[in-house]
Parts: sequence; structure tokens; C-alpha cells
Amino acid sequence: MAHEMQTAVSSPVTDHVHFQTVEGEIREPEHIPHHKENFVTKYIFSQDHKTIGKQFLFTGMFWAFVGGLLSLIFRLQLGYPGQSFPILETLFGKWAAGGIITPEFYYKLVTMHGTLLVFFVLTAGLSGTFANLLIPLQCGARDMASPFLNMLSYWFFFAASVVMLISFFIPDGAADGGWTFYPPLNGLREASIGSRAGADYWLIGMALFIISSLLGGLNYITTVLNLRTKGMSMNRLPLTVWALLITAILGLISFPVLLGAAILVLFDRNLGTSFFLDEIFIGGRHLDQMGGNAILYQHLFWFLGHPEVYIIILPAFGLVSEIIANNARKPIFGYRAMVLSMLAIAILAFVVWAHHMFVTGLNPFVASVFVFLTLLVAVPSAVKVFNWLATLWQGNIRFTPAMLFAIGFVSLFISGGLTGIFLGNSALDIPLHDTYFVVAHFHIVMGVSAFFGMVAGVYHWFPKMFGRYMNHTLGYVHFWITLVGAYLVFWPMHYMGLIGLPRRVWSLDAYQNFSMYGDMNRFMTDAAMLVFFAQILFILNFVYSIFWGRKVTVKNPWQSNSLEWTTEIVPGHGNWKGPIPTVYRWPYDYSKNGDDFIPQTEPYRPGEEKLHH
Amino acid sequence: MTESSLTMSVKPNVWQGGFSPFRISWGKLMMWYFLVGDSFSFGAFLITYGALRFSYESWPLPTEVFKSFPFLENVEVPLGFVSFMTFTLIMSSVTMVLAVHYGNAERNRYKVAKWLAWTIVGGLIFLSSQAWEWTHLITHGMTMKHNPFGAPAFGWLFFTITGFHGFHVFTGVIINIIILINVLRGVYDRRGSYEMVEKVGLYWHFVDLVWVFVFMAFYLL
Ligand code: HEM
Ligand SMILES: [Cu+2]
Repeated sequence: MAHEMQTAVSSPVTDHVHFQTVEGEIREPEHIPHHKENFVTKYIFSQDHKTIGKQFLFTGMFWAFVGGLLSLIFRLQLGYPGQSFPILETLFGKWAAGGIITPEFYYKLVTMHGTLLVFFVLTAGLSGTFANLLIPLQCGARDMASPFLNMLSYWFFFAASVVMLISFFIPDGAADGGWTFYPPLNGLREASIGSRAGADYWLIGMALFIISSLLGGLNYITTVLNLRTKGMSMNRLPLTVWALLITAILGLISFPVLLGAAILVLFDRNLGTSFFLDEIFIGGRHLDQMGGNAILYQHLFWFLGHPEVYIIILPAFGLVSEIIANNARKPIFGYRAMVLSMLAIAILAFVVWAHHMFVTGLNPFVASVFVFLTLLVAVPSAVKVFNWLATLWQGNIRFTPAMLFAIGFVSLFISGGLTGIFLGNSALDIPLHDTYFVVAHFHIVMGVSAFFGMVAGVYHWFPKMFGRYMNHTLGYVHFWITLVGAYLVFWPMHYMGLIGLPRRVWSLDAYQNFSMYGDMNRFMTDAAMLVFFAQILFILNFVYSIFWGRKVTVKNPWQSNSLEWTTEIVPGHGNWKGPIPTVYRWPYDYSKNGDDFIPQTEPYRPGEEKLHH
Repeated sequence: MTESSLTMSVKPNVWQGGFSPFRISWGKLMMWYFLVGDSFSFGAFLITYGALRFSYESWPLPTEVFKSFPFLENVEVPLGFVSFMTFTLIMSSVTMVLAVHYGNAERNRYKVAKWLAWTIVGGLIFLSSQAWEWTHLITHGMTMKHNPFGAPAFGWLFFTITGFHGFHVFTGVIINIIILINVLRGVYDRRGSYEMVEKVGLYWHFVDLVWVFVFMAFYLL
């Protein structure tokens, strides 16, 4: 038997999802094998990219809720310093003795808020959801390249989530050294309460998280490169797919560096090495651990950390581009410029990390190089903003909730990007570093923006995920409260930062100067509560609509051009019932020659001009 | 699969879709990208090594630290043993090349199995040599905290980085064993392709390549 097989040298290399020859051509079998599925393989250990996407979304939303709640608790302390809230003592016991949260607890809250929102919501929740849902559907593939690794990616994320969750409940509580996890504060067990077991949990949780994100990213990249359907050339890809591809490449190159750094911190903490420790006194005692370099950690961290902020924002770029073109009923303005600017941003993302370290004693000449490279980022960012505005210009705009959030995204990205230019100048950054100005900058440009992109994506693709619509009226309420509220929370922070209000301070009473901001702080806390309340509306709308929302009755409810809307209303495993459609054009032929939209699957008509090559 | 579907009419551009642009399967592509990512975690470690190494005024001499050889009690062979280890690892790459070759070119189950088995042996020799070297150094007082030969940083960097590399060799050996079992069971004959062997081969060569840098850092510079 084996000998007969040996002669068939050119027979195809096969697996059960995609059939591919050694020469590179992708073919499908006549009969796609159908596995019998039971509850567990269908909903829990599912290998279907669409289900995995939903799992990421649900987990991400859970963390968004928890992370948001944490911020409300510490905002209470900032807005109402010294005021007792007995409910806090009831809930948290010794951490809020007398109804006032302790400084230790405050730092835990801030640290976990940052970690959860940056990594668990806006990285895994955002990329995980939309890369999984959209890459195979919009590229025209039956599933991810490796559905199995894709499933593992979710379960590593789940494990990371469990570890982080447990860390809240251990005796000394969760980590408290900031989401950037600088040593020596986080490198020594004796440094703080959260630096005991909590920090180990944090590091292990993050290591699991990184593995999850790498497994996912490898799949996203190979699927986009290898499994596009016939005719889906790279310059016919929807911008969502481009964005998710570039995001995955950024993650692949930067996350392993954080993994390395996390391992070294773990060793410093537990094995007595001193990678990041040197000349430290605790309680008057000089530590034996000597000979390391704490700044080195910052270099390793920000080599990930800066690309990470783009890992968060790029998927939002993609979702927003798609939603704006679709709802303005206009071709996206400057498709090629959109792709090139994302590539430029991605490349620049790796050479600007030291702008987070201007006050670490960085050589001023080196700093000036980083200033230059950092300010260069403004160019592709501005290109994108102008292209979105040009796409909206004179569009026949449909103000769906998704569209509103997409437009809100553009507004926030502009506001936050402008303050980046202040911070990117090393001379200006010296007074601004570690003040509320930075907090304002990154919440507007990254936190709230990316959140808007994600929410826009949920409203827009909800019909594809669940076969129902979300309630639009609630969507409008959600949008206006969130947009106005977010500006009310974060705009005043700029002024506070400009006069020097430091971030990461439990009580501002210690500073005479800043008492003038007492009322303002209270106002911001109230606004934050309002915004949080609006998110509860969103969650209710989301859950309600899954079960009882208005049913989708047409395949293409948004009159969109891209491939995901050519499937059944709720596609099964394998996505298309028949053969995968062939693609003939780019996805942005809106309002062309009297046609409202022309799907990618329609061949060019005789004499039709190409809007895009 | 019908004959007609086997010929695509025109292939103006491999990026047109329906085609793997690099003419390789997604599995191999994924392995390549994994290795790119992995090289960045090694990169993080080696940069840490560099940054610390050059902030020290004095550094242990490799020829002083690594001069023992198993079973040769009173002889000093500076860098002798590590040369042997490096040679073993490189030879195991050569045997891996042969395993991949006989898989792709001849689909010869027995030859693939033979060379894969030699690769595993090479990996095991390397791992046991490393175990001996570590034990030897530890018994002479070099640990994660102390180093009788000079800067303690040398010790903790050495154990961390060679440990991370050794962990890669270890997983490589495990994966090779699994693949060897599959080869012997005829899995790849039935599948009609020995690409799996090629993929683990890529990993193995990568681990070898990384060793060259690790070796340079600790034993030569
Ligand atoms: C024109 C573009 C931008 C420039 C020039 C810029 C510049 C800077 C600089 C110099 C800092 C360091 C401030 C300090 O700590 O003193 C900073 C902080 C930060 N930026 Fe930006 N930024 C830009 C856009 C963005 C974008 C698009 C994102 C995310 C999507 C982002 C996310 C962040 C975050 C998260 C931090 C703070 C991290 C922390 O210390 O906790 N920035 N930015
Ligand atoms: Cu940055």
C-alpha cells in the first residue's frame, strides 16, 4: 500500500477544512465532510470561527463591565475624597474600612482597570471578536487556517481570565504596580501588598494571554495570506481585513518581547535573580539583589507597549472605515492611502517606544531622534482622518447607531491625537509626563476611541452574529450619553494635567494647589457614573436582542458589498452552503452609475470603469 | 475532484486569491511566522544580556568558566565540552535535513524514521550534556544568585538563557518523537505528504540557529 502511495507525488496536501496543493493552488473537495456536532463541540469547544468570535466578545464584555466598575470605585475616591460610602465597606471589608477605600486598594483598582481594559477588552475582546468573525467571512474562506489552534487561542484567553479573576480573591489581593508593571515595585515581593502573590498571578495571567494572542495572530495572518477566495486580491480586501492583518503582525513581533520581560520579572521575584534590580533599600536594609537595570525593563515593556496601543486602535480603524463607507453610501476615499498609512503606522510603531521614557534620563540626543520619529506618526494618522472626513463629505448618510459610533470615533481620535503631539515633544513632556494630561491623552485617543470602534462593530455585525437587530432607539441613547459623557470625563483632565496634577495619586488633599479642582473632580466622577449607566443600557440591549430582537429577514440588511453578507442570514459551519463565491471587484463600489451598491461578487459590466485598480 | 478543476485557466498573479502567494501551505507559513515571533523573545533575552554585559567593568572569562569535561578529572579543556555540544546539535540538524529530504523526495518511511531517530538522539545528547554542564557549574557554586567566577549577572543570565534554549530543544525532541511515531505508523504515507516532517524540521533548524547566538554570547564574547 505504502509503495503505491509513493508514486503519487503531486497529489494534494489535505486536511479537513481546506484543500491545498503543494504548488499553492487552493481547491475544495466535492463533498465537504460534515461532522456531527453536539452541544459541547458546537458551543463550548467549538472550532467554528464565528462561535469563537462570540466567545471572545462575551468574555471581553464581561471584562469591560468589571474593568469599568473598578474605575467607578476609584473615581468615587477621587471625586469624593474623605467621604464615607458604607456600601464599599460591606462589599470590600478591610480594603474599604470605614467606607473609604485604602490607598493599597486604590492602586489595585487602577492597576487592574488598566490591565483588563488594555489587554482583555481592547486587545482580546476587540481583535479576538472581529478577526475571528470577519477574516474568514470577508476573505471568502470556510474557516481559519487552523480551527484547532484558533479554539486553543480562546481557551488560553479563558485561562488567563480565570487567573486574573482569582487574583482578586486571594488574601493579599490583586497586583497594584500599574498596568505597565515596572520593577522594582513589581519585581520585589516586599515592595507592596499587591507585589506579593497578586503580582505572580498577574505575570502568569499575562503569559497565558500572550500565548492566546500569538495563537490567534498566527491564524489571522496565514488565513489572510493563504485562504482568500478566487479574485480576492490583496487590494480588493475590505479595510477591516487589512487592519486585522497588520494588527496580527504587530502582535506577533511585539508580544514575545513582553513574554520575555514577564519571565525575567518572575525570576527576579521568585528565583533571586536581579535582572531589573539594583541598589535597593527596603526598611533601611540593603538588598542582596544587585547588578540589574530597571530602565531595561521599560525598554522591553515599551517595545511591546507602544505597538500595543496600535494593536488596539488598528482594528477600530478597519471597522470604522468599513462602517463609514457603507453608511455614507460612498466609496472609501483613498483606499490605497488607507492601507499605506496603516502600514506606515505599523512600522513607525516599532521605533518610537522611548517617547514613554523621556524622563528616565534618556540621552537628549537619543530623545530628539525619538521626538522626530514620534511626530512622524502624525502624518499617516492625519491621512486617515482626512480620508474618513472625505468619505463622509457629501455622503448620503444613514445614521445607524454603528455609523454614529464610527463618526464619534473619528472625533475622539482627532481630539486625542492632537494631545499626542504635545507629549511627543520631549521638552513639553518633561512637565506633562505622569500627569493627568497623559491620562486624558490616552483615554481619548485609545481607550474611548477603540471602545467606540468596537461598539460600532457590534451594532453593525450583530445581524450577522445573531440573525437579529439591536434596538436602534436604545442605541441612539447609548451613543449620545457615551459621547458627551466621555468628553465630560476626560476633557477636564487636560487642564488638570497642564497645571501638574500627578496621575496615580490616591488623595489630592496632600497638594494645596490642586484643591481648586475638587468640584471638577466630583463632576467628572458623576459623568463617569452616567457613562457607565449607559453601558448597562447597551448590555441590556445586547442580551435582549440576542433572544428577542427584531429578526433579520434579508441576507444583506445594510446593502453592503463585502462577502460576509452573501452567506445565509446565520451561516453554519463552513460559511457558504454552495461553493465559495468568486470576487470580481473591490468592496467599495457604492453609488456607482446609478447603482446604490454593487457587491464584490458581481463581475464588471461591459464598459464599466474601474474606480480603483 | 474532477480533472477540469485541476487546471486553473490563467494565473496572472499569485496574489489574486485562490492561491497561496508563497506557494506553501498555511501550515508551513504558520511555522515560519511562529519562528519570527519566537526569535523576538530570544531577542529580548539576548538584548538583556547585552545591556547588562556592557554595563559591567569586568566579566568572567569563558575559558575559565567552561573548561571541564566529563570523566576527565584533572584535565583542562577550555571550551572543549561546549564545542562537542555544538557539534552534536549541528549534526542533528544535518540528520534532520536528511529526514526531510527522504520524506519529500522519496516518501521513504524507513529512511525518514531512521534519520529522525538520529536527530532525536542528537537532541538527547545535547540535553544531557547541558544537564551535566549545569550540574557541574552548580556544584562549583554558580547559581542564580552567586558566581565564583566573577559577576553574578553572568550566572543568572547563563542559566536563564541557556535554560530557555534548552527548553526549546526539549520541546523539539518531544515533537520529533511524536512525529517519529506518526511516521512509523504510516500516517504521512496515508496523507500522501511528509510536510509535517518538514515543519518540525524548520523548528529544529531554528533552535539550532538560536544556539549559535547563545553560544556566541556566553562562550565566545
Ligand atoms: C499623533 C500620535 C501620537 C503621539 C505623538 C503620541 C505620543 C505619546 C507620548 C509622547 C506619550 C507619553 C506621555 C508620557 O507618559 O509622558 C503617550 C502616551 C500614551 N499614548 Fe500616545 N501618542 C499618539 C497617539 C496615540 C494613539 C493612537 C494611541 C492609542 C491608540 C496612544 C496611546 C497612548 C497610551 C496608552 C499612552 C500612555 C501609557 C501610559 O503611560 O500608561 N497614543 N503618547
Ligand atoms: Cu507610545
